[in-house]
Amino acid sequence: MSSFSATDSMSRPTSAQRSRGSAYWRDLDWVLLVAAVGITIFGSVLVWSASRADMASENDPQSYLKRHLINVVVAMVLGFFASRLDYRWLRAYTPLIYIGSVLLLLVVFIPGLGTSIAGARAWIDLPGGFTIQPSEFAKIAIIIMMAAILAEKRDFESEPHDRDVLMSVGVAVLPILIILVQNDTGTVLVLGSVALSIIAVSGARRRWVIGLIGGAIIGILLAVQLGLLQSYQVSRLTSFLNPTGAPGGATYNATQARIAVGGGGWTGYGLFEGPQTQGKFVPVNESDFIFTVVGEELGFAGSALLILLFCVILWRAIRVAQKADDLYGRLIATGVVAWLAFQTFENIGMTLGIMPITGIPLPLVSAGGTSMMSTWIAIGLLENVRLHSARTSLT
Amino acid sequence: MGERSNLRLVILSVLVVSLMATLLVRLFYLQVVTGESYREAAQSNTVREVVTPAVRGLILDQAGRPLVANRTSLVVTVDRVTLQREVDDGAAVIARLAQILDVPAASISDRLLTCGANGAKPPPVCWNGSPYQPIPIARDVDAQTALSIMESRVNFPGVTAGLEAIRTYPAPFDVNAAHLLGYLGPVGEDALTLQGDSTAYDRLRRTDVVGRSGLESTYDEAIRGKPAVTTLEVDTSGRITKTLDEKPAIAGEYLVSTIDARLQNVVEQQLVAAVQRAQAQGFPGDSGAAVVVDVRNGHILAMASYPTYDPSIWVGGVTAKQYQDLMDSDALSSNAIQGLFAPGSTYKVISTAAAARAGFSLYSKYQCPNQVKLGTQTFRNFESAGYGPITLKRAIEVSCNTVFYGIADKMWSDAGGNDANRNSADPIAETAKMFGLNAKTGIDLPGEATGRVSSRTFKVANWEQKRDTWCANAISGYPETRKTNPKQADYFTALDRENCADGFRWREGDALNAAIGQGDTAVTPLQMAMAYSAIANGGTLYQPQMVKAIIGADGQVVDEVAPVVTDRVDVSRTAISFITSALRGVTTDGSGKTPFAGFPLDQIPIASKTGSAQVTGSKVSTSWFASFAPANKPRYAVVMMVTQGGTGSKTSGPSVRKIYEELFGVTGTSVNPANSVLIGGAPLKKLPTVRPDGTPVAPRGKMSGLSSATGGGG
Repeated sequence: MSSFSATDSMSRPTSAQRSRGSAYWRDLDWVLLVAAVGITIFGSVLVWSASRADMASENDPQSYLKRHLINVVVAMVLGFFASRLDYRWLRAYTPLIYIGSVLLLLVVFIPGLGTSIAGARAWIDLPGGFTIQPSEFAKIAIIIMMAAILAEKRDFESEPHDRDVLMSVGVAVLPILIILVQNDTGTVLVLGSVALSIIAVSGARRRWVIGLIGGAIIGILLAVQLGLLQSYQVSRLTSFLNPTGAPGGATYNATQARIAVGGGGWTGYGLFEGPQTQGKFVPVNESDFIFTVVGEELGFAGSALLILLFCVILWRAIRVAQKADDLYGRLIATGVVAWLAFQTFENIGMTLGIMPITGIPLPLVSAGGTSMMSTWIAIGLLENVRLHSARTSLT
Repeated sequence: MGERSNLRLVILSVLVVSLMATLLVRLFYLQVVTGESYREAAQSNTVREVVTPAVRGLILDQAGRPLVANRTSLVVTVDRVTLQREVDDGAAVIARLAQILDVPAASISDRLLTCGANGAKPPPVCWNGSPYQPIPIARDVDAQTALSIMESRVNFPGVTAGLEAIRTYPAPFDVNAAHLLGYLGPVGEDALTLQGDSTAYDRLRRTDVVGRSGLESTYDEAIRGKPAVTTLEVDTSGRITKTLDEKPAIAGEYLVSTIDARLQNVVEQQLVAAVQRAQAQGFPGDSGAAVVVDVRNGHILAMASYPTYDPSIWVGGVTAKQYQDLMDSDALSSNAIQGLFAPGSTYKVISTAAAARAGFSLYSKYQCPNQVKLGTQTFRNFESAGYGPITLKRAIEVSCNTVFYGIADKMWSDAGGNDANRNSADPIAETAKMFGLNAKTGIDLPGEATGRVSSRTFKVANWEQKRDTWCANAISGYPETRKTNPKQADYFTALDRENCADGFRWREGDALNAAIGQGDTAVTPLQMAMAYSAIANGGTLYQPQMVKAIIGADGQVVDEVAPVVTDRVDVSRTAISFITSALRGVTTDGSGKTPFAGFPLDQIPIASKTGSAQVTGSKVSTSWFASFAPANKPRYAVVMMVTQGGTGSKTSGPSVRKIYEELFGVTGTSVNPANSVLIGGAPLKKLPTVRPDGTPVAPRGKMSGLSSATGGGG
């Protein structure tokens, strides 16, 4: 790849600025971009289908879809900026971004500003009916902060110092604890796996990796045993083991979701034709349970295609991590891989009844502005790392 | 590049791939492998049916007079689910409802209990439908009451008053015909089980009302029509999102019965008159039946059973007490098709036909002593009269038992006497079976009895069934009875010992009893009427029919039911003419002479046979009068019987005469077909008209049977 870029770059010795601009478009991972745009469009159609029954009585039945599309555009613009950020700039401002996002996480607890949705106090109300979910930005903050600490003054050859590992664990644990208090269990699980993956790929000693995995397991067991988790949280987490339950409860959601997906068969009922989707039998099917929409209306064909698109993104992201020319970029890419992989697995898995029900969105698909933006920023960061590798490989 | 970092990245990649693979496998399992069950679950989640039953078809008489029609009625229903949400489970609502409807509160709560629930009354009082379906608790509520319920919804949560089509009985000429028409009731569990998991839109639903007896039951599918079914898709809050399917109702078809309302009324009245005649003689006269058949096609023109009941009792929802009274009164079953009675001397036509088939001379003289002795048993003639040597014709006219004993005795000896086996000849039983006396006639009414014929084979079968009990009793010797009555115990023991040892044997006494319609023989009045019809029409056994056509609600004839021949009896023409002339003689010179004194027999010769059947355990005989007319050109067979009613001649005879007078238009000694109760003097050939809007064209004025209160009996 590097030789290809080199010859290509040399064949067009134009002005520095133009060269930089055309290099951007040339070196961009187009497969990654197309897959991400594809999933986003796919998701918008699903959001449309899921919201039209609710919106049918509104003045503008498409208002929900329109708002979603605005979010998509904003998210893509943010992603574009993220892809063009200078590494040095990013590294310099990382501590500020991190502190800012931790503070934002705390704003949720200020009465009048924070809002609870489905038992989790994880949103901040904004004027105009918008809400933001600070934990989404915390994902990015944790990734770049950990990457900055673990990759500082180091290259691939040396393993990180214990002090740096400890520090990176610390910067991960602080927001994780705050999010735990917000009752946003799903995000905690995603962030845990992100932190673990970054530390592992940073080359930290094996005892760190094993110790952290052990610590996480013991932490979860203790939380359940000591009653730190509310009973509804436990029942949410275990409901997938016992799928029939009273309507309205967590098991009801799981059952309805499975009826929707299962009923899809090979090709589904057809877009806008899913009885469970259009009848609103599956709760929050425009966000957390959006996979039921593709499952029911487009069947195995559509759902498998969506999962395969995620596989494409993950494949490209892993390649970015592999080809990264420095540890900093590799760790950022690793964090994004772990984030997208685990969140996708958890979200679709809960819909399919093989994972506990937690309120996290399906990246790039679910309605919800903050999630859409943070995911597109993550895609932008992946592109950024790739572009950086392509540039430095020339020099 | 750091080896460790690279390796860890590879491990992470493997993990990521396995996570995605897990999703794909699970997705495949859920959607493709087990998808079908989820599709069904989704359907039951979202699909709702709104079912409106079709208007039930009318039942018309042969002239087009409605016997069963429909009308709308204000019905109060209670939704139990809503009621149960009340703090007191709806007790206060029920109390208020009871007050406004002026009924005891208990009678409402009884109806709200699901059949089979703890403390539930037996059907039809308990609720046989789905607990989620509103339950009707009062029908024919007046508009004022309905209005006051609907105006104070707060006081009556879950209570609704609405219109419903219900059955009405116009009763032209005051006909009752309860056993013929039948009644409606909630669909039975058996019928629902029978149709399995049918998803057809016109399948039976738990809330459906179907015919439970009579023509309403036999022709239920045709009369019921097909319901209007709208299939809706609803969302989680029950709001309609889509109409998936709309099936319009198809109104039920009309039955054109073979019954003539005016004749039916005459027959019903005459049956009651016969019962009263029996009671006037001091006899119980507790039940009876009468049948009028068109011998040329098997059409039932009238059929009555006593006791009877008011068919409209079912319409308002029968109360527990009404239902119990009905069950206790024996009025629910039809004696004409379900009652089994010893035929007595009316059976002699069978014995005569058997004699002819067995080669006995029809014109020789036979001894008619006043009694016949067989060992210790004495077989007497009726009223112990002896006539000396007489012709067979005369023996039939005067109903001489001993002549038939002689014939039966000869048949028994010829077959081998006591040494005969079960396959030996039994001409009388064989002939009886040929005339349909051992089988259902196949009439289009439910619940018909089979009947039985006293015979060798019956005796063996009966013995095989009862042998164990007999033998056990013979050994034990009735210890309970012995304590109080040792003599009776001895008698019973001896009897059972004999039965145990050779109760299978067709003995001489059995053969003699069988010849005069006694012993084990039991027939329905309808079977007897069909047997006499077969003699009248020269030997054709028809399947009796209650319906001659089915007409669509739009007036188009759907089906014209052709006569069905069950069998041709294997009796010679000569023998049948001989029997007919003998039966004519019964009316002119024999046991049927008294009731027909003064009847213009020269114009309308009547063939008849009386019967006074002895019944075990009763001192009073069953009165039978079986007949057909005109004997020279037979058209109608009329059979009437009254249990514990005395002689056939005294009790049933006069009523049968009256029926013939009304049929033929007889006044004194003059005959005028214009005076017949049947329009035009005979059953109509033409089917009645039903207008395209569903209105039947019935005879007007006096012939409608509706305007006058006198009925057609006069």
